[in-house]
Amino acid sequence: MNNLIIGQYVPGESMVHQLDPRTKITVIFFYVIVIFFANSFFSYFILAAFAFISAMLTRIPAGYIIRGLKPVWLLIVFTFLLHLFVTKEGDVLFRIFSFYVYSGALIQGFAISLRFFLLILMTSLLTLTTTPIAITDAIEDMLGPLKKVRFPVHELALMMSISLRFIPTLMQETEKISKAQASRGVDFRTGPIKDRIKAIVPLLVPLFVSAFKRAEELAMAMEARGYKGGEGRTKFRELQLSSRDYALFISFVFVLLLFWWARA
Amino acid sequence: MRELEQSFIQFDEVSFWYNHDEPWALKELSLTIKKNEFVAVIGHNGSGKSTIAKLMNGLLFPQKGEIFVDGLRLSEETVWDIRKKVGMVFQNPDNQFVGTTVEDDVAFGLENHGIPRKEMIERIEQSLKAVGMLDYRKHEPHRLSGGQKQRVAIAGVLAVAPDLIILDEATAMLDPKGRTEIMKTVQRIRKEKKVSILMITHDLHEVTFADRVIVMNRGQKLIEGTPKEVFQQHETLWEIGLDIPFVAKIAAELKQRGIPLNKQPLNNKELLEELWRLHSNM
Repeated sequence: MNNLIIGQYVPGESMVHQLDPRTKITVIFFYVIVIFFANSFFSYFILAAFAFISAMLTRIPAGYIIRGLKPVWLLIVFTFLLHLFVTKEGDVLFRIFSFYVYSGALIQGFAISLRFFLLILMTSLLTLTTTPIAITDAIEDMLGPLKKVRFPVHELALMMSISLRFIPTLMQETEKISKAQASRGVDFRTGPIKDRIKAIVPLLVPLFVSAFKRAEELAMAMEARGYKGGEGRTKFRELQLSSRDYALFISFVFVLLLFWWARA
Repeated sequence: MRELEQSFIQFDEVSFWYNHDEPWALKELSLTIKKNEFVAVIGHNGSGKSTIAKLMNGLLFPQKGEIFVDGLRLSEETVWDIRKKVGMVFQNPDNQFVGTTVEDDVAFGLENHGIPRKEMIERIEQSLKAVGMLDYRKHEPHRLSGGQKQRVAIAGVLAVAPDLIILDEATAMLDPKGRTEIMKTVQRIRKEKKVSILMITHDLHEVTFADRVIVMNRGQKLIEGTPKEVFQQHETLWEIGLDIPFVAKIAAELKQRGIPLNKQPLNNKELLEELWRLHSNM
């Protein structure tokens, strides 16, 4: 419980870890858009190379990254198969039962799956190298202009950071309640699914009751400490762009230009 | 008005209720707290002691009577200034920890008051040092003990540099080790920072450190005086269900059996001295 990590964050000191979270978000945002414009072998190659080099620079063991992608493997395979059977372009390569597989379908299937894979790889690099609180700070900063249209940016960010802070607390509490209920004879582990789902109710009810109580007390404590909304508030955690961030921006623009040139 | 100048906090016949159909939580209560004074308020649940704390920094407003903090009359306009002067530490260590790390939490109060970042960093370091938590500045709350979390809460209050710190049953949820930690911290910062302390508790042992004790019962002041004076009225305390500390109990029992002690002992050492004195007199 002591070294519980929220999300997938892997602590480290690599170049990618030390980038400003805003830089990472911006680059990934454009990467995700641009990937849908890839249409030639070479353009895919450039984007894939960028993703793999980034992944290597994080110095996170490959096993870790791959394990993080586990839940989406199935989706990638499914996308591949779907394109394989639905697309009807090019020559017929072979036939499975009554399905004809075309050469165009094979290429299309590979391309779309690769697209999907790169997309998820890049976004998971963000969560692997950035603490949730840094992401929150970046979002607050980047949504800043929306304050002008009265969008509650500060409140949203505060809500996110408080939820992050309370996740471990509520997990500890869940454990405590489940032990307390187990000692009273509630069985969480055996029996038919229906009974096990029912057993969750005596776990959730006390958890919710205490969460509401916590929220009330927290609000009181925040008010006592002078909290009165985002106005006139200063910030302790500060985001600062460094030469590293500019270097990434420049190389990313270079990659984009190369990519555009490589498009068919 | 002369009284106002000396006292930091003044309650003038303050009455408060939570609901119309409930009895008064506080009834025409008058009290003062001087600068750099350590006052303890005791009483069991529902005696109105926590209400006093919440009135002092404007979390609640009285229905009758007036409250002055450092010469300012408590009202909607002055409440933000008053909250800067009066800091508060609550009972549950978990439910007042706002930041994701120790230093973020200490920063929360400073951020609220719009302190520039440069000064913030200095103040965070100073106040964490004052409570002995500087080594833990990057720690997350779930890696701290209850006593450590309460020390962080005290640091968060200290950083804003208030004139009065209210501890609203701040030790009630701690183990004995955590309690001693907090009591030591409180006594140390009181010496170093020249702040007034208001300690709300139902642990009569903690009361012995105070300059003055106020015993509350049913929204009214029952006894007021130094800890020694209060413990002498042990029968009244028993009647309202408060148990006096072991040392005070022994002194009372000895007295009942016709063995008079010269002065009311507050701790083991004082009791021992008294007993030795008796022994040498025999």
